[in-house]
Amino acid sequence: MNAVLQYTVQGLAAGSFYALAALGLAVIFGVLGVVNFAHGAFYMLGAVAAAVLLDTVGMSLWLALIVVPLLMLVFGMLVERLLVQWLLPLDPLYNLLLTFGLTLLLVDLVKRRYGVSGLPYERPEALSGRVQLGGVGLPVYQLFVIGVALLVCLGVWLLMTRTRVGMIVRAATERPELAGALGINVGRWVTPVFGFGVALAGLAGVLAAPFRAITAEMGSDFIIILFAVVVIGGLGSIVGAVVGGFLVGLVEAFGQAYAPTFAQVLIFVLMAVVVLARPAGLFGREEATA
Amino acid sequence: MLEIENLSAWYGEAQALRDATLSVAEGEVVTLVGRNGAGKTTLVRCLMGLHKHLTGSIRLDGREITSLPAHKRARAGLGWVQDDRGIFANLSVEENLLLPPKVSDSAWTLEQVYDAFPALGSRRRAGGTTLSGGEQQMLAVARVLRTGARLLLLDEPSEGLAPVIVAQIGDIVRTAKQSGIGVLLIEQNVRFAATVADRHYLLAQGRLVESLDNDEFVERQDELLEHLGI
Repeated sequence: MNAVLQYTVQGLAAGSFYALAALGLAVIFGVLGVVNFAHGAFYMLGAVAAAVLLDTVGMSLWLALIVVPLLMLVFGMLVERLLVQWLLPLDPLYNLLLTFGLTLLLVDLVKRRYGVSGLPYERPEALSGRVQLGGVGLPVYQLFVIGVALLVCLGVWLLMTRTRVGMIVRAATERPELAGALGINVGRWVTPVFGFGVALAGLAGVLAAPFRAITAEMGSDFIIILFAVVVIGGLGSIVGAVVGGFLVGLVEAFGQAYAPTFAQVLIFVLMAVVVLARPAGLFGREEATA
Repeated sequence: MLEIENLSAWYGEAQALRDATLSVAEGEVVTLVGRNGAGKTTLVRCLMGLHKHLTGSIRLDGREITSLPAHKRARAGLGWVQDDRGIFANLSVEENLLLPPKVSDSAWTLEQVYDAFPALGSRRRAGGTTLSGGEQQMLAVARVLRTGARLLLLDEPSEGLAPVIVAQIGDIVRTAKQSGIGVLLIEQNVRFAATVADRHYLLAQGRLVESLDNDEFVERQDELLEHLGI
């Protein structure tokens, strides 16, 4: 029982990174139709930025949680303006290739500057250690990660369902051409939405900094799992991204605990089962035949 | 109010519209009748800025809109009701109504919409596509009335609907007409067209072959039905 609670928290913490990043992937895919292969690299950049800012200017994790996503927002908007937007009228495959190329570039640039051995990140005192819950000592940092992720997911959900911007994003995701013909300037939202998605990947990276090894390659495995998450949740679905993220985190944690050799495989078995039962994913809509 | 001059449009090498010239005046209801493949959909897409491969000119209230992007045409006063109604499943009934921006002072308020369409008011929180087909059609029409669009572009509004609903749509069209809104009605339902329209254009193989006033239209109804193959 104690072990189960421990693995659950561990799984939800791992799932928090997936959920946050997948949320970004989902909004970008929804509005731009772009499968952003560079999302893993943006996650890595978030972690690297947090580590570098701590090392050079002594920026605390608390501040980094706000500053780094803002920097990534700007960086994402630049990437969209300078690169992605030129390929939007073409087959989506071109942007998949572009963002794949961008990934290779960013990873190598980080390697060149900071090496391959990884950057250190010291966890803040307040978030270290364990807290006793139900007779089990649970790592404070894991609980903190879960809390932040849930808060951000709730915020995004409110933004999407309670605001005019969210309404426009939902309409543009569903039928961009019709939204345009009703007077919505869909193009205006493309750059901020891309930046927002990148910022979420960056936020996941900052949260991962004190928890995972910060290396140039940390995004490579991450993006593969992330694709499994969005396929399971349903490509372009906001709720699906979050549920899929936490689900995959749990499968990973329990897999590592009880069947370590199969831990990674289990995620893809889950993906295959979901796709067989529901090709559009758990929360995806079947392609409209309009 | 709406003036289309020498509009031609192509899909690759194939010409879908040839030198179409037509106009709709303020408070006038004009129908465009033609069988499937005659070019009606192409004309609508050209008007809304969704089909770019064209020559000719489109003016709204004297303003050239031929090269404007779709969202600016909507803001200039074109209110499009799609043939599939174009209701967003991810938006509630009320959100569907509030999505398009207001374009003129003659815009209906939400209260006016719910007064005129009680079924929409009672389901305002429901998902847009959970409404029945007839209610969705009402929603699509109400949505453009709420923007205060100057010209309504109604694409097959009576298709697949019960006679009582079709009659209701006829009432809305007449109300709109009385308030000075121009209506371009794309219709295959000749009988319905005759009950609401002032003038009619007959479209065949991408050409406007005839322009009739409503009396002539009613007189030649049988001949037209045969031509349309209905």
